Amino acid sequence: MNLLEITNLHASIEEDGHEILKGINLVIRPGEVHALMGPNGSGKSTLAHVLSGRPGYVVTQGSARFLGMDLLAMPAEMRAREGIFLAFQYPVEIPGVSNTYFLRTAVNTVRKHRGQPELDAIDFLALLDEKAKLVEMEETLLNRSVNEGFSGGEKKRNEVLQMAVLDPKLAILDETDSGLDIDALRVAASGVNALRDGARGMLVITHYQRLLDYIIPDFVHVLSDGKIVKSGDKNLAKELEAKGYSWIEKEPPATASAVAGAAAR
Amino acid sequence: MSDAVLDTLTRQEYPHGFVTDIDTDVIPAGLSEDVVRLISNKKGEPEWLLDWRLKAYRHWLTMVEPKWARVTYPPIDYQKIVYYAAPRSSKEGAPKSLADVEPELLAMYEKLGVPLKEREILAGVAVDAVIDSVSVATTFKEKLASVGIIFCSFSEAVREHPDLVKKYLGSVVPSSDNFFAALNAAVFSDGSFCFIPKGVRCPMELSTYFRINQADTGQFERTLIVAEQGAVVSYLEGCTAPKRDTNQLHAAVVELVALDDAQIKYSTVQNWYPGDREGKGGIYNFVTKRGKCAGRNSRISWTQVETGSAITWKYPSCILLGDGSVGAFYSVALTNNYQQADTGTKMIHIGKNTRSTIVSKGISAGHGQNTYRGAVTIMKNAEGARNYSQCDSLLIGDQCGAHTFPYIEVKNSSATLEHEASTSKIGEDQLFYCRQRGLSAEDAVSLIVNGFAKRVLKELPMEFAVEAQKLLGVSLEGSVG
Repeated sequence: MNLLEITNLHASIEEDGHEILKGINLVIRPGEVHALMGPNGSGKSTLAHVLSGRPGYVVTQGSARFLGMDLLAMPAEMRAREGIFLAFQYPVEIPGVSNTYFLRTAVNTVRKHRGQPELDAIDFLALLDEKAKLVEMEETLLNRSVNEGFSGGEKKRNEVLQMAVLDPKLAILDETDSGLDIDALRVAASGVNALRDGARGMLVITHYQRLLDYIIPDFVHVLSDGKIVKSGDKNLAKELEAKGYSWIEKEPPATASAVAGAAAR
Repeated sequence: MSDAVLDTLTRQEYPHGFVTDIDTDVIPAGLSEDVVRLISNKKGEPEWLLDWRLKAYRHWLTMVEPKWARVTYPPIDYQKIVYYAAPRSSKEGAPKSLADVEPELLAMYEKLGVPLKEREILAGVAVDAVIDSVSVATTFKEKLASVGIIFCSFSEAVREHPDLVKKYLGSVVPSSDNFFAALNAAVFSDGSFCFIPKGVRCPMELSTYFRINQADTGQFERTLIVAEQGAVVSYLEGCTAPKRDTNQLHAAVVELVALDDAQIKYSTVQNWYPGDREGKGGIYNFVTKRGKCAGRNSRISWTQVETGSAITWKYPSCILLGDGSVGAFYSVALTNNYQQADTGTKMIHIGKNTRSTIVSKGISAGHGQNTYRGAVTIMKNAEGARNYSQCDSLLIGDQCGAHTFPYIEVKNSSATLEHEASTSKIGEDQLFYCRQRGLSAEDAVSLIVNGFAKRVLKELPMEFAVEAQKLLGVSLEGSVG
């Protein structure tokens, strides 16, 4: 079964009715890593938000199915419990709530939903310890308040750590590379790569090709003005880097069915 | 947008809003010298105490209700309040042991989650249970007495330990202190008395559980805690009341006295009926609490979690008289729906090298209005005094308000004062972040609020900290912007 199947998805901003997504078609199968690229304002983050259920958007047309379920009918927390994880572009600070406590609450909520027994403090710490090594996370950060006073790199590593602990079926990484220096990028990317297991799907959203040197995608899609205008393999990203987004925008847009076909190849 | 998310939170009713059917001795509503005499007479009080009451009453007549707090309410008709109500069985004097307490009363406390019997055996917390105007039961008295600690109802203290009461009553909050304190001094009916002798460290938490049951009664209790040289005590009070459409007045006075090297830690979990979602009913909680660090290196700390009451007007304060004495005020005040709170503290530095800490966390939701009002005064001789103040406000939704009025008066140039303040809003961002990790909206709000209040909650005795955390969650259910 397809992990994610997006068909002709249209979405607008609730407040002003401005349409951002204008007919997205995309299929992600288990184990696949898809990169979504595109210029600023093309709708990359909006797609991540609509898929994860962030309030403030209205879907006006189309559908999104996750493992056959109607994703758009589910509240955000249900999507998370079913296995959709969003690594935030701007991770949020929660003062006074320790990172460890937050993550344990989240893990046990998800486990409960999946019919698994909740982890006690000792088992959880063992799990956390193991996953923290993946992203080279120091113990002191685990005991600090969620993202409070974290550097940009620490915040992004924390996102990857949460992803590792929550073990999602589909991970959406929203510009995980933004604001990172090359070392931080390498650590975050190697954490993500360690989570590629042939079953988990990933949608890696990025503005720059740089991240894709570390996380090699199976497919690359280019989003422009709310539509996927070109799909290809990892070489498409390299081509984009060389020619810029204007090269794509000058070409006539691909038809929806052609793009869906390319993605589902 | 975030309002819509908050709006999805379920609505929970105030869980303590029931009325218990108890045969109650109630005097007619209204206040006069005769009523003051009647109360004193019903309690079989000595002449000196009646005189003290009458003096307070006469002074009260000359005073006007304070209007400076940032709260609004219709005028209170003091002639419509009942000033004395007591469960009838306790008329013959306080019960000697739990076996003498009416089963209905025990059942009521059980329902409130304060099982007097179980506490006595399991939890190791001594409880003084006060209903309407009188104390109905005090647990662990004998065990405490064996180390010289006196823990009993105020009425019993007047009978059994008149010298101690006479010495300390009104020594921190004079009967003429303010409008509500004077009213309390005139008509106070009962409360708790606690005396920790020199060098004794109290072996268990002491607590008083206040309950208003009768309609139209005011509750005017008085608590007096004295810690002699080197004594240490931790004390906690809790409060609830039935749901009613009318407002009820609670005007209590708490006095703490700490002698040399003594430590008093006073914690409050205040959950009086807050009124309904439209702001109808609820308790007016107009309370005067003050501690005097009379001795060298003495310490008094106030910790309060204020989630109930329609209106809260209280400023637990410290008079730092002894050199090297230390005062602290840790507060979480939560206002939801139409609740109003004007609360804070006064730290009065008189002795040398005195220190004080103020941490205030205000949470406003619904149409709630939350005001921090605090004063730090450094007197002329308070060489080397230090104060640290932190006032943070958290807003939930866009109909509520947070206000901060810090007053600082420094008469000694060697003083060091720090003040930090912040205002933040539970954003859609924080809520969505938590929900994206699988937490429900309710759990997310509770988590964020508890994180915000953590600095204060960790000051509470362990078992009550857990209770307070839950209470914050419950009090916010149904909060909308």
